[in-house]
Amino acid sequence: MTPQKLDLLQGTLDLMVLNTLAAMGSLHGYGIARRIEQVSGDEVLLNQGTIYASLVRLEQRSWIASSWGVSGNNRKARFYAITRSGRRRLAADARHWERLTGVMDRVLGMSNDPDEEGNPA
Amino acid sequence: MSWRRRAFGRLRAFFSKRALDSALEAEISAHLDMAIDENMERGMSYAEARRQAMLRFGGVQLAREQQREARGLMNLDILLQDLKYTVRTLGRDPGFTSVAVLILALAIGANIAVFSVVNTLMLRPLPFPNAQQLLWIAPPPTKCGLSCATYSTDAYDEFRVQSRSYQDVTGYFAFSSPGNLSLNLSGGAPISATSIDVIANFFNVLGVQPAMGRLFTADDARHGAAPVIVLTNAWWRRQFNADPKIVGKTFDIGGQQTTVIGVLPASFDFGAVFAPGTKVDAITPLDLYGPPRDWGNIITFIGRLKPGISLSQARQDAARVAPSMCWNNKQPQSCGSYKDQVVPVPLKDYISGRLRRSLVVLWSAVGMILLIACVNLSNLLLARAAARSKEFAMRGALGASRSRIVRQLLTESLILSGAGALLGLGLAFILVTWLAHQGAIALPLLSTLHIDGAALAWTLLIAITAAVLFGLVPGLRMAGGNLQESLKDSGLGSGQGRKHESIRSILVVSEVALACVLLVGAGLLLRSFLHVLDVDLGFQPDRAAAIKVDYNDNVPGDKTGVLTTQKRTVIFQQILAHVSAIPGVEAAGISDYLPLGQNRAWGTPFPKGIKPPDNASSPLVYVITPGYLRAMGTRIRGRDFTWDDGARSDSVVLISASFARYLASLANWPDGNAIGQVLASGKQDLHIIGIVDDVHEEAVEGEAGWQIYYPQSQADSAGAQLVLRTTLPPATMASSVMRVLRELNPKQTAAEFRPIQTLVDHANSPRRFFMLLVAAFATLGLLLAALGIYGVISYSVTRQTQEIGIRMALGASASRVERQVLTGTLRLAVIGIAVGAVASLATAKLIASLLFATSPWDLATYVGMALALLVVAAVSGYLPARRAARIDPMVALRAN
Repeated sequence: MTPQKLDLLQGTLDLMVLNTLAAMGSLHGYGIARRIEQVSGDEVLLNQGTIYASLVRLEQRSWIASSWGVSGNNRKARFYAITRSGRRRLAADARHWERLTGVMDRVLGMSNDPDEEGNPA
Repeated sequence: MSWRRRAFGRLRAFFSKRALDSALEAEISAHLDMAIDENMERGMSYAEARRQAMLRFGGVQLAREQQREARGLMNLDILLQDLKYTVRTLGRDPGFTSVAVLILALAIGANIAVFSVVNTLMLRPLPFPNAQQLLWIAPPPTKCGLSCATYSTDAYDEFRVQSRSYQDVTGYFAFSSPGNLSLNLSGGAPISATSIDVIANFFNVLGVQPAMGRLFTADDARHGAAPVIVLTNAWWRRQFNADPKIVGKTFDIGGQQTTVIGVLPASFDFGAVFAPGTKVDAITPLDLYGPPRDWGNIITFIGRLKPGISLSQARQDAARVAPSMCWNNKQPQSCGSYKDQVVPVPLKDYISGRLRRSLVVLWSAVGMILLIACVNLSNLLLARAAARSKEFAMRGALGASRSRIVRQLLTESLILSGAGALLGLGLAFILVTWLAHQGAIALPLLSTLHIDGAALAWTLLIAITAAVLFGLVPGLRMAGGNLQESLKDSGLGSGQGRKHESIRSILVVSEVALACVLLVGAGLLLRSFLHVLDVDLGFQPDRAAAIKVDYNDNVPGDKTGVLTTQKRTVIFQQILAHVSAIPGVEAAGISDYLPLGQNRAWGTPFPKGIKPPDNASSPLVYVITPGYLRAMGTRIRGRDFTWDDGARSDSVVLISASFARYLASLANWPDGNAIGQVLASGKQDLHIIGIVDDVHEEAVEGEAGWQIYYPQSQADSAGAQLVLRTTLPPATMASSVMRVLRELNPKQTAAEFRPIQTLVDHANSPRRFFMLLVAAFATLGLLLAALGIYGVISYSVTRQTQEIGIRMALGASASRVERQVLTGTLRLAVIGIAVGAVASLATAKLIASLLFATSPWDLATYVGMALALLVVAAVSGYLPARRAARIDPMVALRAN
């Protein structure tokens, strides 16, 4: 596990969490994890536990806020909600992400050469 | 903004670890419960539902760690881990730890103590409010010392009124002699004390507030005012048992009822600032417009600048005022005599400016000690790291990053240097406290020495610097080591990689070089000191002693002073007759001033018919009785005074040899012989009856000035110092002399019986102080270097045990092995000495100005110090060499 990979993963997870909270309103950790799994069509095999590190990070940056409450089936749980600055961040990150995927699409689409072995660059 | 909040959040997270952990636990368990519920709804059994939930969650422990890392201060956590680990490992090796901490404590302690001295004397402002505004105003330095650094009261008035740069100007009477007060408490002998007369505004200008009562007002100094006195804090405690009701009490001081009006704060020590190494007990107001008016140059000037006035403006101002200042307003020809003689300098420069170079040298010396200690520690740590290479290789193999290992090693260094700094602080505290109580050392401000916040900050700084210095090299080496090799390497037995050895050799060489520089510096200072002790002072201090004699020569209604002088002559003659009769007294005489103490000048008498040149230096004046010069051990050509030289005979003087030469060259006396010539002093003719040795009256070092001696039967004397030359050690005579003096005068104070040698020691004390400190540091450096050499050679012998064993098994003799180890040692030492000698030559310039009659390239010192180092190196190498020679090949080969 090199740091670079982790960073990318972290960033992605943070973005997903923010987006989920923006779409769904207030949710607890388990709910966020399940929602991400559902939306991604179970393509992302998420270690649900990693979500808590992401939540702490986002909260320390004041992009989300949390409070203790009671879940649908009467369990005490911590609920998270996106803040105003979180929404701004989400918008910025989403734009950045779209640009990046756009570029990646173009770059990959340009490559007609199926030979992938000789080019380490 | 947000990073600050985040940092704060992290900090809080670190400290409220438990609460956050339990919140996380609650969250995780809620998460799992919800997952289990959902799974069971889908029809799973509880066990299966739980298994699935845990699976999807991923490692619970991992999630915890990740969350903690994200929220808190991972670095601090690691630091705590490192600290725990370090304390454990150091505790397992108490020998290494205690040696390392001790070395560091000595080095850091020396640094803190010297920093405190430097801070007190050089860096910190003087202990007065806005001390940078205070100026010392005096002529440029001349032959006649303090006597020519003073002004008359008329000059003071003129300067004070005409100058525009100052808030106010003050001064003190520069010629108070020690023991000038005699305090008569009811019952018992009078007590001798020292007081200084100051101009009434003295404390206002300095900004000193009383601890009790009040300080002087202009009224206290008025002619005929009721006598008042201000006590120093120390005297108030010592003599008056810190009497809280002292203010307002009156005491019989010198026969006058004197009122105590105040007590000075402990922070004000007149001696420490203006007269280093002397003790001042009380301050009295100077009656500017009474008799002092006619005493000539007696006042030193101290001014407080107005805000915003620069030193150069003050200088221009002083140069403008100087020509209009008169020595005596009644003598118009004395006006303008102060031209170019009024130069303000910052008070601080006057007090400690001369010491700056010495302090810098001292500071460099301890800096070198610290470097040597760091090199030593580096060496010890390297040896230790080599022994621990497997441990680190294992940690590396288990995933510890390079930086993590360096960090661990640096933590160790920091703990070591921290412990060393704490212990060193203790040592420094002892040293500084001891120094602060060395009243006899003539260094300014020494009594105010203490370890303050700046010293603590300095301690922290050097502790961290030291830790980085000595921890970095071993740390980098360790972390950079090749994993496989370390793990494979059997460790002991064979000579380890050349590279490792060469780093250690470089460290030893640099250590020896540093020690060499220190030793050469100390050697040069020591030689200078010995030369100073050898200086021909013009008198023989051994077996001579002095005591201040009280007498009452007051003759009521004596207008001309003739009767007073006669009465005094009779008293002195009587005292000397009785004292000379004491067994063991070889010679006795009385002078009003002693060499290396207070002095004064009366202007210069010139040969008759010769016009005095401008700005000629003045000889210092001593008023003496017959026998005084013999008692001091000063040689006379011509004749001494006799009791027949009186009021009605010719006025006679003795002059010093260099003054005689000066006058002879001025007047072209035949054969340059001054004896029998006549000088003119005002309207008086002075017959020169003898030439005496030049006496070092101002300082032991430097040139002797000019002196002129008057017989006390023909001149006003300013007190009486009885000087005795004895066949017995002077100290044993004290009681019998005092008994005789008491018989003659029951009011004789219990004055101190001072061997003349103490005057010389006092004058030499700053040089002795610096020399001793530098020598002590050099010795410490030598010891550390020896330790370093021993450590390295001993270690390399241990590592080569197997190799040596093989060689001996193949026929190498014990003496050959021994020789080889010794040669290796000496080679390092010689390289070190060579480097050190070159460095010394380069730095000798720095201390050149501190040397006395010694060249900074003094060959004997260099050779001597090189030999000393070589011997020490040989001894430190000999012990391991002998051990190597005694290796039993069989044991050595079997060992591994």
